[in-house]
Amino acid sequence: MSNFYKDNSDILFHMKNMDLSWVVDLKEDGFADKGKYSYAPEDYDDAIDNYGRVLEIVGEIAGEFVAPRSSAVDEESAQYKDGEVIYAKGTAEAIDRINKADLAGFTVPRKYDGINMPITIYSAAIEMISRADASFMNLFGLQGIADTITKFASEDQKRRYLPRFSSGEVMGSMALTEPDAGSDLQAVMLKATEGKDGKWHLNGVKRFITNGCAKISLVMARSEEGTKGGRGISLFIYERDENMKIRRIEHKLGIKGSPTCELQFNNAEAELLGKRKMGLIKYTMYLMNGARIAISAQAVGIAEAAYREADSYSRQRVQFKKAIRDFSAVYEMLTDMKVNIEAGRTLLYETSRIVDIKEGLEDKIDDHPESAGDLKGEFKRYSKYASLFTPIVKGYTCEMANKVCYDAIQIHAGVGFTCEFNVERHYRDVRITNIYEGTTQLQVVAAIGGVIGGVVFERLGEYEKNYDFQPVSDLFAIIREFRTQLESAVSHVKDKGDSNYQEFHAKRLVDMATDTILSYLLCIDAIKSERKKKVAQLFISKAKHRIESDLDYVLSNDDCYIELHKDIIDSEEIV
Amino acid sequence: MSLQIIVMVKQVPDTHNVSGDAMKPDGTVNRAVLPAIFNPEDLNALEEAIKIKETIGGKITAITMGPPNAVKILKECLYRGVDDVVLVSDRKFAGADTLATSYALKCAIEKVEKYDLVLCGRQAIDGDTAQVGPQIAEKLNINQLTCVSEIVEVNETDITIKRSIENGHEFLKSNMPVLLTVTNEANEPRTPSAKLAVAYKNISGKTSDESYDDEYLESGIDDPISYIKEWNVESINADPQLCGLSGSPTKVKKVQSVVLTASDVKQIQNTDEGIAELINELTEEHIIG
Repeated sequence: MSNFYKDNSDILFHMKNMDLSWVVDLKEDGFADKGKYSYAPEDYDDAIDNYGRVLEIVGEIAGEFVAPRSSAVDEESAQYKDGEVIYAKGTAEAIDRINKADLAGFTVPRKYDGINMPITIYSAAIEMISRADASFMNLFGLQGIADTITKFASEDQKRRYLPRFSSGEVMGSMALTEPDAGSDLQAVMLKATEGKDGKWHLNGVKRFITNGCAKISLVMARSEEGTKGGRGISLFIYERDENMKIRRIEHKLGIKGSPTCELQFNNAEAELLGKRKMGLIKYTMYLMNGARIAISAQAVGIAEAAYREADSYSRQRVQFKKAIRDFSAVYEMLTDMKVNIEAGRTLLYETSRIVDIKEGLEDKIDDHPESAGDLKGEFKRYSKYASLFTPIVKGYTCEMANKVCYDAIQIHAGVGFTCEFNVERHYRDVRITNIYEGTTQLQVVAAIGGVIGGVVFERLGEYEKNYDFQPVSDLFAIIREFRTQLESAVSHVKDKGDSNYQEFHAKRLVDMATDTILSYLLCIDAIKSERKKKVAQLFISKAKHRIESDLDYVLSNDDCYIELHKDIIDSEEIV
Repeated sequence: MSLQIIVMVKQVPDTHNVSGDAMKPDGTVNRAVLPAIFNPEDLNALEEAIKIKETIGGKITAITMGPPNAVKILKECLYRGVDDVVLVSDRKFAGADTLATSYALKCAIEKVEKYDLVLCGRQAIDGDTAQVGPQIAEKLNINQLTCVSEIVEVNETDITIKRSIENGHEFLKSNMPVLLTVTNEANEPRTPSAKLAVAYKNISGKTSDESYDDEYLESGIDDPISYIKEWNVESINADPQLCGLSGSPTKVKKVQSVVLTASDVKQIQNTDEGIAELINELTEEHIIG
C-alpha cells in the first residue's frame, strides 16, 4: 500500500519549491472566501498547505484504492449493454471514492461547492490518478467540462449545473468529434436548430466521445445553417434524456475502463452555452487546451508507473550473475526514463502555472474592469505563453511517455510481453496519449507559430532575467548555446521564405524549442537542488546532440523529402 | 429525532510495521518507536457509522481514550464526516487493562446520555484482546453484536447484521440501543474528505464540561465544531479507583510467542449450562483461573 503523493519525491520537490504566489493570489482573489467557507485558506501559506493536504488525499486514493483495481478494470473493461454503458466494477467504485472525498469539484469555485484548486494542483492530481489507472483519469480528468461552464456559462446555468458536478451527482463529457470531423473540427455537422420558442434541438452523430454516457455533455454543433467553417459552430449544454442514444462503444487497444461512445442525437433539447458562433473558436479551444494539459499529466503518470515497474524489475532480474540494471545498456535506458519524466513533469507544472496565471488574469479583468488596464498587457503575454507551452507540453510528454513504456517492456524483455506484468497495460494505455486531444503532429502545427514568431525567446529571456543561474553556470553556458542554435535555425527558415520548407521542418524547430525550454527549466530546478543539477546535466548531455542534429538538417537546405516523396509513396510503378 | 451513534476509536502503535526494537525486554510494546495510527478495525466501525448516517441520517460522536496526542485520530474522524469528537484523557487512566478501559469508556458514553448505536472495531492491533467492546456493552447493560461483517438493515428502532462465526456466518437482529464490534470484512474505509481535511486541520482540544442535554442532541448536525472536547476522570464521573492501574486486575506474568494451531472447532451452546461447561473446561486446562 502506498500514497502516490508521499512516495513521489519529485512531485514533493515541485510542491515545495514551486512559486505559486501569483497563482494563489489570482485564484483566491485576495482571499475573498476566507471566513465564508470553513475550507477556504487565510493566506498564501495556508493555501499551499491545503494543496498538499488535498494532494495527499488524492495520492492515498490513487495508491491504495485505484491502483490495486487497475488490472481488473482493464480486463473487465467498460461494457455496452442495451443502449447503456456499464463501468467496470473498479471504475464505479473509484468514482464513488472520489465523490465521497469531495474531489469531484476539484477546480470548481467554492461558491458552487467545489474546492477551487488551481490547474497546477489538478495536473499533479491527474498524474497520480493516471499512474494508478490511466483509464480512470479519463473520468477524473474530465473536470474541464465544469471549468468551461464556470468560465463561459450564465450565472443561472452555473447555479444549476456546477453544484451537481461538485457533489458527483453528474459527470461530464465533451462531445466534439464526429465521423468526418476529427482533427478538423471546423467540419462539424451535427445540427442545432432554434425553435420559435427559443429552445435548441440537436440532431446528428458524435463519435469517439469519452464518457459519452455522462449526464451532462458539452456538444459542439452547427447552429448557423448553411455555414461551413468554424464560425458557424456553437457549444451546447445537453442533459441526458431519451432523445440521445448511445449506439455503441469502441473496442480499444488501451484505456479500456474508459467508455468511448458513439452518440446519436434525435431532436435532443439542449441549451446554448455562452454566445452563438463562439463554440469552436473560443469555448472549445479553451476546453481542448485544458484537456491537452490533462492528457500531458496522464502521460507523465503512465510513464511514472512504467518506470517504477522497470526500475523494480531491473533490480530483481539477475543475468550473468548481476542485476541487469548494472549493464550499461539497461542503466542508460533507466536513466533516460527517469530524467525525461522529470523533464516532462517540470514542463507540465510550468505550463499549468502559465495557464493558471492567464486564466486568473482573465477572470480578474472580467471581475474588476476598473483596474483592468495594467493587467491587460500581462494577460496578453501569458496568453501567448499558454498558446506555445500547451502544445509543447502535450507533444513532449506524450511522446516521452510512449518511449518510456516501450523501454519498460524492453527492460522486462520476454516477460514484459506477457499479460502477467503491468508494463504491457501501460504500453497499451499510453498509446492514445499522443493521438487524442490533437496528435503530436497537430501540436507541432499549434506550436510552430510561437517558435517562428519569437514567443519562445521572449519566455527564455524572462528566465534569464528572473533567475540567477550562477550556481549552474557551466550548464547555463550550454543552454545559452541551445538558444543561439534555435535562433539561427528559426532565422534560416524565415530568411528562406519557403512555406513548404518551413512546414517540413516545423517538427525539428519545435523539437529544438522543446529541448531548449526543458533545459532551461531543469537548470532552474538545479539552482535549488544538487540532485536536480545532475538531472539537468544528463538531460542537456543528450539534448545537445539532438539539437545539433536538428540544426544541421534545418540548415542543410536539403529538400529531397519535399521533392521525392510522391515518387515513392504515390507511385505504384515497378522499376 | 435522528439516530445517535457513538463510535469508539483508539490510537495504536503500528504493529504491522514492526522493527527490531518494537518490543521492550519486559515483553511490552515499545510505543516510542512505533508510529501511532488509527486502529484499523475502528476505521471499519467508523465507516459503518458514516454509511448509516448517509442512509437514514443521524449524529455521530467519536470517542477515544488516550494521551493528548490521540486528538490526531479524532481529527481523522472529523475529516471523514463525524459530527463531534471527544478525547477522554487523564493521567489517572494510565496503565488501564481492558476492564479499567471499558469502565472509563462506559462512563464517557453515559455522559453522552442518549445513544442508539455504539460501534467499535472488533479488536485493536496492539493488544488484540477483542474484550473492550463486549465489556462496554455488559457495563452499559445493552445488547451486543460482535464480529459484524455486514450491516444488513438498519432503521430507527432496530438493526440486522451479518456476523462471522466458526464455519460460516449468521444473521442477527437487535433492538436499540446496541453495541456492535465490526470486522475488517465489513468495508474498505473511505479516505478523508478534501473539504473536511482542510476545514478541521487546525482544530485542537479544549477541556470541556459541556453536558449532552436534549438541546445539544437536537442541535444542527451540520454545524462544524470548533474544538475537540476533552474529558477527564471527574467530568465523566468515574471512580478513580476503578480507572487506570488501580482498576486493572490484569498482571503480566510473562510474554511468549504462541503459534495458534486450532485443529478442532467446538460449538458451545449459548446457555448458562453451556457457558458453565466451557468455563469448567478452561479451568481444568489451566487456561484461566
